[in-house]
Amino acid sequence: MTPEELDDIARKEREAQRDIPQRVSVCVAAGCLSCQSDAVQGELAGEVARRGAGSRCQIKGVGCMGLCSEGPLVSTSTGHLYQHVSPADAGELLDSLEAEPIARLRCATDTPFFQRQRKIVLENSGVIDPERIEEYIAQDGYLALMRVLTEMTPQEVIAEITTSGLRGRGGAGYPTGLKWSTVAKAVGKQKFVICNADEGDPGAFMDRSVLESDPHRVLEGMLIAAYAVGASEGYIYVRAEYPLAIKRLKTAIRQAERLGLLGANICGTGFSLHIEIRLGAGAFVCGEETALIASIEGKRGTPRPRPPYPAMEGLFGQPTLINNVETYANVPPIVRNGGAWYAQIGTEKSKGTKVFALAGRVRNTGLVEVPMGITLREMVFEIGGGIPEGKEFKAVQTGGPSGGCLPPETLDMPVEYESLARAGSIMGSGGMIVMDESSCMVDVAKYFMDFCMTESCGKCVPCRVGTYQMHRILSAITDMSATDQDLKLLEELCDLVKHTSLCGLGQSAPNPVLSTLKYFLAEYKAHVHEQRCPAGVCSARILEGASV
Amino acid sequence: MAIYGARPAPPSTDKRWKVVDATMRKTGGSSRGLIETLHTVQEAFGFLDEEALRYVALSLHVPFSRVYGVATFYHFFTLKPGGRHTCVICLGTACYIKGAQHLLDAMRESLHIAPGETTADGEISLLTARCLGSCGLAPAVVYDQEVAGKVDTGSLHRHIEKWAHHDS
Repeated sequence: MTPEELDDIARKEREAQRDIPQRVSVCVAAGCLSCQSDAVQGELAGEVARRGAGSRCQIKGVGCMGLCSEGPLVSTSTGHLYQHVSPADAGELLDSLEAEPIARLRCATDTPFFQRQRKIVLENSGVIDPERIEEYIAQDGYLALMRVLTEMTPQEVIAEITTSGLRGRGGAGYPTGLKWSTVAKAVGKQKFVICNADEGDPGAFMDRSVLESDPHRVLEGMLIAAYAVGASEGYIYVRAEYPLAIKRLKTAIRQAERLGLLGANICGTGFSLHIEIRLGAGAFVCGEETALIASIEGKRGTPRPRPPYPAMEGLFGQPTLINNVETYANVPPIVRNGGAWYAQIGTEKSKGTKVFALAGRVRNTGLVEVPMGITLREMVFEIGGGIPEGKEFKAVQTGGPSGGCLPPETLDMPVEYESLARAGSIMGSGGMIVMDESSCMVDVAKYFMDFCMTESCGKCVPCRVGTYQMHRILSAITDMSATDQDLKLLEELCDLVKHTSLCGLGQSAPNPVLSTLKYFLAEYKAHVHEQRCPAGVCSARILEGASV
Repeated sequence: MAIYGARPAPPSTDKRWKVVDATMRKTGGSSRGLIETLHTVQEAFGFLDEEALRYVALSLHVPFSRVYGVATFYHFFTLKPGGRHTCVICLGTACYIKGAQHLLDAMRESLHIAPGETTADGEISLLTARCLGSCGLAPAVVYDQEVAGKVDTGSLHRHIEKWAHHDS
């Protein structure tokens, strides 16, 4: 493959697309698929065949369009977006391509949900068919790889990433350029790149969507990273619970190999990278990098102390670069447009955009990509459309079991790594769950502690025993049988587990408790002192009923 | 103790063991391929029984204790056969906030089993998931591999009853 050949594929694909005047794109990412969007696609294709319109109307499956709660979503070449489409609407939809749009099914796109977004990682999501490499190439796909291989040295690539200010999107926010240069400088007989797609935070589905909607972008990011650090083998560690993402990744790898964009001697430059998929097996702790490495090596996924960091001694004892899906997905556009371009977006310390999975008690749920620095209020009330059923906003939870619950008084805080950490939460991988007055914050803290307790790998005592004890106390509080002494002990345990656990899972497990103690202490006190659950979630309901 | 050079015979003449053998060959026939191999066994047979674990241990020259350790460490692996139908209730944060616990309680009550168990007649297994990533459609339930969104106790009961009727 030469730059000219790549250009040729892109040109042919664009021409082929231009030759077909009408197009109907059906979202076939997991969200809409669970509303039977595949049946909609099938019926549309059948109807086009029956009408003999195959030469002027194309039906294609595309990735996530974002507004999952209104699925199945369908967009047309006439520029309209339709929601809640059923197979029975197929005929009417095709008719509308030459007539008025269907008012009944229209989904307004001039709303803040669509207008406030800035798409970089998701630029192709909902636009291209994720199972065709040609469509990715037609959107300037693999152009960045080609430029890197033919015009740039590894040092120049790393300098570009450093200039962009990109930070790890898995949650911790470590500067990506710095990580790459550490691995590049490390000495070993072989180096590895790993893509962490073990998206385990409950309430987070950004990585799954990227893999399902635009898998080649992740491969291209990994290829560029491997070139920059000098790796020749790569692994994608993906949750077994994401069968569709796995299938599309496999297809993408096969297609890239066939075109010579992946494998041995890529584009005749002597650079080689082989990528293999490894399936996770449902252990949350495997999102931690040393546990993930152990799992790829075929062992139980238990973390080990760092240093040595994987950059020095990682997979099979060799220097290893581990980045998250979204981090890799940011790489091709950064190389294409320059690090300085990326650094213009966002805030001083948090550059670029972030993809969030917005869910919970909010009107618009789905996937959004926004520039860093947007406020929580804009996220919840403008993009999210506010709280349904006239209820009151209570908290927004970020960072999953490692994050915290942020109350109304933090709504005007910008979304960036530092400010979220100051407020007692973390950026995390991008799950954002909105809660209203019907959620009890003690119950929510107990929910997350149950998660951490179950997912603790058991290797270190503070996490294994500490999470169990904290869960026991939280259960006592929600059962209305706790005392002031228990509250004090809970705080002490939080401090102990946070500071003495081996890995990130234990160190951050107290966050949901600490943040709710900080902002919602009154709710804890109501449970302890008055045996009352203000939200009416905990068993106080039964007690109250009995006492009346 | 592994006997080098001697390849153990599969537990039976079942053709599915050929698929398992192929995975072991592809991953280098060493302990590195343990998790991949267990995935293949579970995909082929539905669960991991002791016979399968022993065969994998012998073939990959790994102590049985390590194979057992790995198989029980990861939630995805199951050592018991599932029911004819499976009902997986997602307990991810978004689903929890939208009442997934009520769905689970309703199922426990009507099926008289705890999560992870199968009804006595071997018909329905009740499982929970940490997060399906279908948070936009919370609460979500997976009926026999098919994800359904915005589930309430009514639609849940109807689906379970449909299974019972189709079988009778």
